Amino acid sequence: MTTLTQNEQSSQVKHDQDSEHGDYRMFGLATFLVADAMTFAGFFAAYLTYKAVNPLLPDAIYELELPLPTLNTILLLVSSATFHRAGKALHSNNADRCQRWLLVTASLGIAFLASQMLEYFTLPFGLTDNVFASTFYALTGFHGLHVTLGAIMILIVWWQARSPNGRITEQNTFPLEAAELYWHFVDGIWVILFIILYLL
Amino acid sequence: MTISIPPSSSDQSKKLQPEGWLRYFSFSLDHKVIGIQYLVCGFIFYLIGGALASAIRIELVSPISDFMPRDVYNQVLTLHGTIMIFLWIVPVVNGAFGNYLIPFYVGARDMAFPRLNAVAFWMIPPAGLLLISSYFINGAAQSGWTAYPPLSITTPAAGQLIWILSVLLLGGSSIFGGINFIATILKLRRPGLRLMQLPMYCWAILGTSILVVLSTPVLAGTLVLLSFDIVAHTGFFNPTLGGNVVVYQHLFWFYSHPAVYIMVLPAFGLVSEILPVHSRKPLFGYTTMVYSIMAIVVLGFLVWAHHMFTSGTPPWMRLFFTIATSFIAVPTGIKFFNWVATLWGGKISINSAVLFSCGFIVNFVLGGITGVALAQVPFDVHAHDTYFVVAHFHYIVYGGSVFVIFSSIYHWYPKFTGRMLNDSIGKLHFALTFIGFNLCFAPQHWLGLNGMPRRVAEYDPQFIFFNQISSVGALIMAISTLPFLWNVINSAFTGPLAGDNPWSALTPEWLTSSPPPIENWEGEAPLVSKPYGYGENPEKPNLTSNILSDQSNSDSEEDEVKK
Repeated sequence: MTTLTQNEQSSQVKHDQDSEHGDYRMFGLATFLVADAMTFAGFFAAYLTYKAVNPLLPDAIYELELPLPTLNTILLLVSSATFHRAGKALHSNNADRCQRWLLVTASLGIAFLASQMLEYFTLPFGLTDNVFASTFYALTGFHGLHVTLGAIMILIVWWQARSPNGRITEQNTFPLEAAELYWHFVDGIWVILFIILYLL
Repeated sequence: MTISIPPSSSDQSKKLQPEGWLRYFSFSLDHKVIGIQYLVCGFIFYLIGGALASAIRIELVSPISDFMPRDVYNQVLTLHGTIMIFLWIVPVVNGAFGNYLIPFYVGARDMAFPRLNAVAFWMIPPAGLLLISSYFINGAAQSGWTAYPPLSITTPAAGQLIWILSVLLLGGSSIFGGINFIATILKLRRPGLRLMQLPMYCWAILGTSILVVLSTPVLAGTLVLLSFDIVAHTGFFNPTLGGNVVVYQHLFWFYSHPAVYIMVLPAFGLVSEILPVHSRKPLFGYTTMVYSIMAIVVLGFLVWAHHMFTSGTPPWMRLFFTIATSFIAVPTGIKFFNWVATLWGGKISINSAVLFSCGFIVNFVLGGITGVALAQVPFDVHAHDTYFVVAHFHYIVYGGSVFVIFSSIYHWYPKFTGRMLNDSIGKLHFALTFIGFNLCFAPQHWLGLNGMPRRVAEYDPQFIFFNQISSVGALIMAISTLPFLWNVINSAFTGPLAGDNPWSALTPEWLTSSPPPIENWEGEAPLVSKPYGYGENPEKPNLTSNILSDQSNSDSEEDEVKK
């Protein structure tokens, strides 16, 4: 067992470079997103419980303004559509158009973050004011972290989709599809968050 | 386009993958190496956690706090619980045996995501060292493995934060492992192998991974909120700031009750592999076993609040969780009857692996009965947070899971190393462990029923006698580790050679050399359609592919001769 024979050495190489089975990375990512969704589910459950059993004092109750979050919802929903267009462009082997749509998507994501920041600065409560405020910032902040990561991912995908030297091509679409699935997931979470935090 | 293979490719791989024992310290992608890494790493943490347990029992020999200060006692019990759960049992019953066996069982060359697998393992040693280092920095966490607020918010912050960080890392490792297992079992099965033909351990790991993926993230989120409470002085779980401690308990137990099944379901699977081999009989009631595992997975999500009957839960909630918890006894009972039926009338070889598995059955039934008792509100209100609960869960996790881990080591050691363990020393190990374990934890039922609370360094002098018996049991358990360690280390060098299949087992991992080659099989993976086909055609397991083609010919020839 101290040394590997030549035969074992070459099968080690084969093992490490093995790609004989199918590509299950999307399946793995989808499973991970289920796990991620459970984190949000925990936060939502905590928020709804606080709302039900820990009523705030009357002077601490504050109605959230709707215009900015509604704009945010629209930004994210449109960005999901533009990402979808980028994917379609890649599948028809049009790298330039794909890159343009990716850039639009990333801009919409960054616009969402900027608008979220604007909302944070205009809100009359801070992180530690009361349980409602803390949960509000924890939920939107955790989602904002997801959007930030997503925007960085899109920019990486945008760089890799450049023609002719990019890694992402019609043959290698996984990075784009993974980022797209993740982005749709983040948008879906926002819609639930918007309903629970702002509308309920 | 031509592809040229660089002539130095084997040299490069040498740099990437060290040879011999050094590969166990490398970022190896081989599932077998990762499995052994999990096992040895987990066992080292078991020794540390065991030393902490010994310290607890030494402290409790006398009713006053004399061996260590009270706050150190709190740190020791917190570290003991956290290490034993997150660094020993969960990584070993899932990570170690799962990584080693699952690719064999599904007929694959490796896990679905080998790199993710290696990352998941290498998150564990840093997390463990981080946790232990907190003791030397500013004192470890003192609030127990449950980290209930407000205790976890008011005790010294540094240790608690390091504890949170460590558990987050371990939770992440667990989730990555779970994703890998789900993808491997569902997607990487050898063509022709149906789900209902898989060995039972695959089902156990599939169920466990579903629990891991769905529940661990909730714990992660909760601990992040708890760290906000400590660092940023938010009030999620701080009643003085309008928060609610019961919300923490709900979120925590939503993970931590399934965590019990994360620790015992794989153990159920391992026992289901070991007993048929050594009793030479098919596993009794395969289909009911599968449905029982899945029933436990579903019910496991619906019982968490039985840990909170004294936390002011409303009556309807108590009723619901009592009923749901009692229901879990049904699928669990089915599994136990199936194991007994598997043994019934079998040609049982009394070796260390079987003894530990039978010890598991006895201990787990006792722990299960006290579990059903604790699920009943009137009893639980009396016994909550007493030593009765300590006895109950040690019967489950030590008498259950740890016994199975030892049983599995005796069963698969020949496959891991190619050498046999000494069975006489193994039996001595079993005798010491079984006697020591029951001597240690059986008296704690009595202590708890008479009102001795858990997690205290000092107690009423009337409890001295049973505490001292318990400490003697702990001493025997500590001693029992020595013959095991000697056996494992000595046999790796001087044990008799095992051969490919010393137990004449039918499951796929035995149909290759010991230890297996890097690609698991020299040729194509065998299709094992009846992993428990003992007694049907004992000399010729039901195989297809390269092995089958020879055998089916000889079978048909034999049949013709008979006719």
